Amino acid sequence: MTAIRELFSYSFVIYALLGGVGIALCASLLGVHLVLKRFSMLGDGLSHVAFGSAAIALAAGVAPLKISIPVVILAAFLLLHVSRNGKIRGDAAIALVSSSALAIGVIVATLTTGMNTDISSYMFGSILAMSRSDTVIAVSVAVGILLLYVLFYQKLFATTFDEDFAAAVGVRVEGYRSLLAVLTAVTVVVGMRMMGALLISSIITFPALSAMRVCKRYRTVVITAGILSVVAFLIGMAFSLFLDMPAGASIVVVNLGLFLALSAVEFLKKRPNLS
Amino acid sequence: MTQIRVENLTAYYEKNAVFENLNFTVEQGDYLVILGENGSGKTTLMRYLLGLGIRFTGKISYNGFSRRQIGWLPQRTETQKDFPADVSEVVLSGFSGKGTLGIRYRKESRKQAAAYLKALGLSDLKNRSFRELSGGQQQRVLLCRALCAADRVLLLDEPVAGLDAPSQNELYETIRQLHRQGMTILMISHEIDRALQDATRVLHLGKEDFFFGSSEEYRESDFQSRTKEEGS
Repeated sequence: MTAIRELFSYSFVIYALLGGVGIALCASLLGVHLVLKRFSMLGDGLSHVAFGSAAIALAAGVAPLKISIPVVILAAFLLLHVSRNGKIRGDAAIALVSSSALAIGVIVATLTTGMNTDISSYMFGSILAMSRSDTVIAVSVAVGILLLYVLFYQKLFATTFDEDFAAAVGVRVEGYRSLLAVLTAVTVVVGMRMMGALLISSIITFPALSAMRVCKRYRTVVITAGILSVVAFLIGMAFSLFLDMPAGASIVVVNLGLFLALSAVEFLKKRPNLS
Repeated sequence: MTQIRVENLTAYYEKNAVFENLNFTVEQGDYLVILGENGSGKTTLMRYLLGLGIRFTGKISYNGFSRRQIGWLPQRTETQKDFPADVSEVVLSGFSGKGTLGIRYRKESRKQAAAYLKALGLSDLKNRSFRELSGGQQQRVLLCRALCAADRVLLLDEPVAGLDAPSQNELYETIRQLHRQGMTILMISHEIDRALQDATRVLHLGKEDFFFGSSEEYRESDFQSRTKEEGS
């Protein structure tokens, strides 16, 4: 107990927990839509773009968020649009953009600042290095996303379940697709600081996939994904704080554990029907 | 009363005209079946009626309602096969066009949805997962969603496709009842004989021209055999 009380006396621990819970929650809610729309790889693609743009911003001596947020939002629009209308299919387009952005980021970083700790923290995350202003940004982004999500819940469900039907009854489908792109882009950029560019997409897809193993209603999938994501974050943080494991990677591994456990539950539930 | 009037409609898919100078009207209480071979433009016509991004020339007018109030039963999509949603969530999304902000739908929407679920015999299924239902049950759920969105007109896209014979009969019977209760029915079909049993009017899109008239006129005309010969 004293160890825990002592931990909470450090402001960096509080910052990490506040910002982390917020981003974990948003990422999982958006993840439900992305997974169901067969867009799980969008988060992965965007995270590499976020890394590339952050490397360029560092080289130019500008605050990375100022460059990354507009660039990643633009990339999200392009990827969602190209996949519907272009000659290159969505998954291929994401693969192209993703590796190119990462390559450009690495080249820029090596030629200018070198692969220093800043660069490495964007790749693998440095949640315990979050400053007060990082936390304020993360928490306000999270509150904003949650608010928009709850407000537009009905329309987001309708567009995810059946986009054509939603459009036919007058839902502005294009608008909600863009909203989803912007929210995902912002979550990825802000979450990159905590989780790292290489790992952020896992907190978008894992909770949604885990929740879908056992839930049959949409609303319970959303709520369960949110809870699982926060739980995985807290357990991962505990590993990091008490066992000195890297935070981002621990969170991903806990998510993997939850996914495997719930897949086992799903399997056991189904088995009696087979025999 | 004329509900929908289509005049000199030419619709395009990419750069080609799918059909040219199409004229027809839909009267209140009609049961109009839309026939045609694959590629004859049934789907294009449907998307046009719903206002789903079709390039066209010509004129369409809706009398007494907006095209948003057409209750559409689309064909089931790939995504829906493993989509986690229960029956009431799917049905309520019929109201999403006039929906409110927030998670819960309006009270009157929920009441109306419950009434439609009951009318279609789905009350017992309302908490079941959509993906676990049979094909016939899924179609009824989507029909129920269409009713939530509909005011006076239902547009059904090959509603019995992929169903077994008993489910087909049940669905046809349900559609017949809705028609009797005053709903205007527009149904895309390629089962000519079966569709003609209930339909009052026929729109048949052929390769060169089209037929529009009552089902008696259609039976007496040689349009059906003529398009068959063209096709062969």
